[in-house]
Amino acid sequence: MTNPNGRFGSHGGQYIPETLMNAVIELEAAYNRYKSDSQFQQEFISLLNDYGGRPSRLYYAEKMTAELGGAKIYLKREDLNHTGSHKINNVLGQVLLAKKMGKTRLIAETGAGQHGVATATAAALMGMECVVFMGEEDTKRQALNVYRMRLLGAEVVSVKSGTATLKDAVSEAMREWSSRISDTHYCLGSVMGPHPFPTIVRDFQSVISREARQQILEKEGRLPDAVIACVGGGSNAIGSFYHFIGDENVQLIGCEAAGRGIDTFETAATIATGREGIFHGMKSYFCQDQYGQIAPVYSISAGLDYPGIGPEHAWLHDIGRAKYVPVTDDEAVDAFEYLSRTEGIIPAIESAHAVAHAIKIAPTMPGKIIVITISGRGDKDCAAIARYRGEELYD
Amino acid sequence: MTKISEAFQKGKAFIPFITCGDPDLETTGRIVREMSKNGADIIELGIPFSDPTAEGPVIQAANIRALNGGITTDTIFDFVRDLRKDISTPLVFMTYANVVYSYGTERFVSRCAEIGINGIILPDVPFEEKAEFSSACEASGVNFISLIAPTSENRIAIIAREAKGFIYLVSSLGVTGTRSEIKTDLRSIIRIIRDNTNIPCAIGFGISTPEQAKKMAEIADGVIVGSAIVKLAAQYGTDASNPIGEYIATMKKSVLITE
Repeated sequence: MTNPNGRFGSHGGQYIPETLMNAVIELEAAYNRYKSDSQFQQEFISLLNDYGGRPSRLYYAEKMTAELGGAKIYLKREDLNHTGSHKINNVLGQVLLAKKMGKTRLIAETGAGQHGVATATAAALMGMECVVFMGEEDTKRQALNVYRMRLLGAEVVSVKSGTATLKDAVSEAMREWSSRISDTHYCLGSVMGPHPFPTIVRDFQSVISREARQQILEKEGRLPDAVIACVGGGSNAIGSFYHFIGDENVQLIGCEAAGRGIDTFETAATIATGREGIFHGMKSYFCQDQYGQIAPVYSISAGLDYPGIGPEHAWLHDIGRAKYVPVTDDEAVDAFEYLSRTEGIIPAIESAHAVAHAIKIAPTMPGKIIVITISGRGDKDCAAIARYRGEELYD
Repeated sequence: MTKISEAFQKGKAFIPFITCGDPDLETTGRIVREMSKNGADIIELGIPFSDPTAEGPVIQAANIRALNGGITTDTIFDFVRDLRKDISTPLVFMTYANVVYSYGTERFVSRCAEIGINGIILPDVPFEEKAEFSSACEASGVNFISLIAPTSENRIAIIAREAKGFIYLVSSLGVTGTRSEIKTDLRSIIRIIRDNTNIPCAIGFGISTPEQAKKMAEIADGVIVGSAIVKLAAQYGTDASNPIGEYIATMKKSVLITE
C-alpha cells in the first residue's frame, strides 16, 4: 500500500524502480530518527547560521514601494546566503543526514547550477565525493556555475539525453543512483521526486518562512497580505509558504515560468498548462501531450525549466490555498533589470519571476504588505540576460 | 494458470523485448513474427516513453527513434490487434506509469485485454504503488508483472506472494543495458522467491550472450533480453527482422541446453 506519509492529497507517492525502494525507505527512517534528534538539529542550525550565513535579512524595499505606489514591499534575501541562493538550506540538511547515514558520495541534479554549486560546496566542507548531473544546454547557459562546481572539487556530468535540461539531469541522477546506492546519497534539490524527498526538502527549506514570519511581525507587528515566490520544482516557494499556510489571510502566490507565453509550446508553466501525471517518482501536474509523453518545456531561466511541480504545490493548488500564476521571459527580464536599477539588488532570473508578479499586483494593493522571496542572486545570469538584450559579453 | 505462466511449461522460457515503432511499426511487426517463429515464449513490447528513467542509452535511443516516427499508444493498440490475427505467443507491454495513467488506467487495461495483451510491466511502479494499476489488471484478466531487484532483500517475500504471471528478477543494479558480468547472488534471491510462490521467475537486465543466457536459465525459469536486441534493431533498421530472428534462435537454443 502507498505510504500515507508521502501523499499530499492524491499527489506524491513513490513511483520509482524497485531497485531504489529500500534506499528511500532507509532514507525516510534515518530522517525520522534525526528530525527529532536534538544534537542533529543543533548541528544543522549552526551550519545554517555560521556557514550558510543565516538568518537571511527581510529587507524593506523602500524605493520599489514608493515607485509602485501600492503595497509595502519586503524582500526575503535568500540571495545573501552562502553560495548565493536558498539551495544551501536544503543541501546542508541533506548532506549532514547523508553523513550520519554513513554515505561518502553525493550525487545531484542541477538546472541553473545553484543546487549543484550548493551540493559541491557542502561536499567540500564535509569531505565527500560529489558528482553533479547537468543538462548540456544548461552547462552552456550557466558556464560560470560549471566552473564553480569544478573548483569546489565536484565532477560535472553533462547530460545529452532528451532536451538536455533539468528534467534530463534528474533522470540521469536517478539512473546513476540505481546503479550505486550503498555509498551514495542522492541529494535532490527540490520538493519533488519520490517520498520522502518532497517532505525532507520542504522541512529544510521551511526556515525561510519561519524567519520571515517572525521578522515581519517584528517590523510591522502583523502578518503580510501576500507571499510571492518563483516555482520550478518549488523548493524556495514551499519554504517561503510553509509557516504561513495556517494563516488564512496570507495569500500564497507561486510564479511559474511561462517562457514565451502559456499559449505557446515554449513554456514551463505546469499548473497553467499541465495535467496530472506520474513522473520522476511522483504523482503531480506535468506538462505532457495527450499520450503522457513529457513535453519539452522552455524558459529563459534554467532553474524553472522543468515540466513538473512538487506534489505539495499540486495539492495547495487543488485545495485553493495557494495560487500559481505564469510569468513570461520578457516580464522576468524586465523585473531583473528593474530590481537591479531600483534597489541595487541583482536577483537570479528565477527570482525575477516573483518580482515581476509583485510589480503587477503591488499598485493595486495600497496599505497591504507583500513579501517577495529573492531566492538567489543574479550574477550567474548576467551574460545570458545581456545576450537576451542583444549584447555579447566577453571575459 | 494464466497464458503467461503456461508459456513456462515447455521448458526454460526465452523472453525477447522490442520497442514498438523502432523505426516503424511495419518493421516491429516483422520482428515480432520472427521472434515468435524462432522460439520466443513471451514477447515484451515496449511502448515508448519520452523519459524512460530505468533504461540505459540503447533503449533510450530506441524510444526516441520510435516517438520521432510519430507512434502513439493508440497506433500501438491497432498494431497489436492486427498482430493477434496470426501470432499466438503471449505478449506483454513494457512501458512507464505515465503512459498508462494519462490514457486512463482502466481504459488502457481494458484495451489491452480486448486486443490480446496478456501482461503489463511498469518499471516505475513498485509494490507500494501497484494497487491502482493491478486492481484494473485483475478485473480485466491482464497480469501485472512484479519486479524484484538485487536490493529488494526483506521485500522479496512480500512481492513474490502477490506476484502474477511471472516474476521479473532484475539481475543487476542500475538501468537496462548489456553487461560483461553479472555478480548478484541471484540463487539466494530465487530461493526466497521459491519459498513464497509457485509462479515462474525470469531474469533480465544485462544479458546478451548465449553463455550468459545459459547460466541464467540454469537458475531461473526464463531469460529476458532487451538491449542486445534493440542494438540489432538500431544497426539494421528496417532490415532488422532477419538478424534478430537468427539471434533469437541462438539464444533460445542456449536456454534449452540447460534442461
